[in-house]
Amino acid sequence: MSSAEETNADAQPQERIEVTKIRERYPDALIDIDLFRGDTRILVKREFIVDICRLFKTDSDLQYNFFSECLGVDYLDAREGYRFEVVYNLYSLPYDKNGVRYGKNHRIFLKVPVPEEDPTVPTVTEVYPAAEWPEREIYDMFGVSFSGHPDLRRILMPDDWVGHPQRKDYPLGGERVQFPGGKLGPSVGEVPVQHPGASWYGKTGDTQGEKHSR
Amino acid sequence: MAIDSRDLNTNALQAQGMSIDPLDDTTMVINMGPQHPSTHGVLRVVLELDGETITRATSHIGYVHTGIEKSMEYQTYLKAVTNTDRMDYLSAHINNAAYTLSVEKLLGIEPPPRGQYLRVMLMEIQRIASHLVWLATHCLDMGAMTVFFYAFQQREKLLNLTEMMSGVRMMPSWIVPGGLRGDAPDGWFERAKEFCDGFPKAMEELEDLLNNNPIWRDRTQGIGIISAEDCIALGVSGPTLRGSGVAHDIRKTTPYSGYEQFTFYVPTGEFCDVYDRYRVRMAEMYQSREIIKQCIENMPDGPINVDDRKIVPPPRRELDNSMEAVIHHFKLWTEGFHPPIGEAYVPLESPKGEIGFYIVSDGTNRPYRAHMRPPSFMNLQALSAMCEGRLIADVVAVIGSIDIVLGEIDR
Repeated sequence: MSSAEETNADAQPQERIEVTKIRERYPDALIDIDLFRGDTRILVKREFIVDICRLFKTDSDLQYNFFSECLGVDYLDAREGYRFEVVYNLYSLPYDKNGVRYGKNHRIFLKVPVPEEDPTVPTVTEVYPAAEWPEREIYDMFGVSFSGHPDLRRILMPDDWVGHPQRKDYPLGGERVQFPGGKLGPSVGEVPVQHPGASWYGKTGDTQGEKHSR
Repeated sequence: MAIDSRDLNTNALQAQGMSIDPLDDTTMVINMGPQHPSTHGVLRVVLELDGETITRATSHIGYVHTGIEKSMEYQTYLKAVTNTDRMDYLSAHINNAAYTLSVEKLLGIEPPPRGQYLRVMLMEIQRIASHLVWLATHCLDMGAMTVFFYAFQQREKLLNLTEMMSGVRMMPSWIVPGGLRGDAPDGWFERAKEFCDGFPKAMEELEDLLNNNPIWRDRTQGIGIISAEDCIALGVSGPTLRGSGVAHDIRKTTPYSGYEQFTFYVPTGEFCDVYDRYRVRMAEMYQSREIIKQCIENMPDGPINVDDRKIVPPPRRELDNSMEAVIHHFKLWTEGFHPPIGEAYVPLESPKGEIGFYIVSDGTNRPYRAHMRPPSFMNLQALSAMCEGRLIADVVAVIGSIDIVLGEIDR
């Protein structure tokens, strides 16, 4: 290494070993590195996310054994070339087992850009089983689907809900009260609901309802 | 209600997320919840049974989803704090702190020592209160009603402490970016000390009721076993993870709010079962009491908030005779502050596990995205791993031992 490069390296904060590992193994994957308040966020291409997660989990220097969470962010037009980001929060959880020390007590954030026209990311559930529910939540809230996910369904919203509420172009409030009952309701088709209790009768099939409804 | 799998419409089942073979008449599907008293809110578990043995347990959540994260995007940073109380409503102070620490990381500020100590004290008070509710409801699920009343008696004292300080019992929003909303009132520390003095005796009573109770031991020992490796693979954290023998506590590994100054130890279990999780939480309450006592003894003097009127509103008395204070007050509560562009996540140890807010700031006065890492949500994923191969009655014990709060799972 020349002296000019050395001084350059001194001026920059020390590059995290995770970034070096990605550079070595998957040089095409790296898009951007973001350093903020001591945290490192690595933006990688979505094709590589499973490989990088596997590398992070199995590499003895990293040992990212704990999948803390993953979340989606909708940037609308703020980002060049993509709309959503999926952020993976990985942690190397330190613990002792039979006298062997595992984990390094490090935390890293991996980010994956997802374009609007093809909102698909390969699932990391085969590497981290814990990713199952968080990925379902992202699918539910943002409409980003995870290819290869064992059970990709809505998790928080009703199964017949239309739309993805956490998207920035989805309004806050203003939607009508829904009583779908599996069949009817504004979430399925445009069925006008007169007042919040209007669809109650007829759903249960009781004749009492006929008497009370106007 | 038990359903014979032969009579069911397969499409209707698939719509609800169940996929069972209609020709397979060896298993039976039982629906537990969402109104079951032992599901701690509105959790629905669909159990697939072979005889009385559970072959599969599928959790269905989302019944109390209220879009809290979405609402937070529309509020200024100071106002969004109130939303965090409503997530895990049993540990509101810790939720406030989790959100606050992320915002403070974005801003690059840290409150003075007295603020830090008061935060730690409130968080530990909240931890005991949350664990007491867990104990009370867990025992109630298993039929031990007496424990409920004894535990709530103690919790009442802790809620009184919160009320004395903030005026409310459960949704204080007292820990805010920049420090706290206010200092402790006169006599507060004495009351806290009084509680600490009486607490061990109360705990002894509770443990007398349970530790050597043959029914309690039969229903908890050897039930809901999950190995440390499975816990880590499934993202389980907090006392549930420690019950499986992993001495991992975020207060120790990545200390926040000055936890490195306090002496306490991290209790762990050995047999990875419901009983060990019970022992871990009981031991944690004693440790929290130790931390509260250390807080009272070493409470530093001085301000509780950062000295920055752009983040912390001026005290009420200044509004009467200072124009600047009025301007700051008005600007702060209408417009708020603008953290720099960036993203922050600070992990905390909540009574349930690792909690943290991932906040994306776009430089405006509102969080562009605020996402909570829900510990109960992640811990609940391990429910099927703990229940499979066991009996239905054990599901009640296991759900209780994970200590879930549906408000935080569904958000």
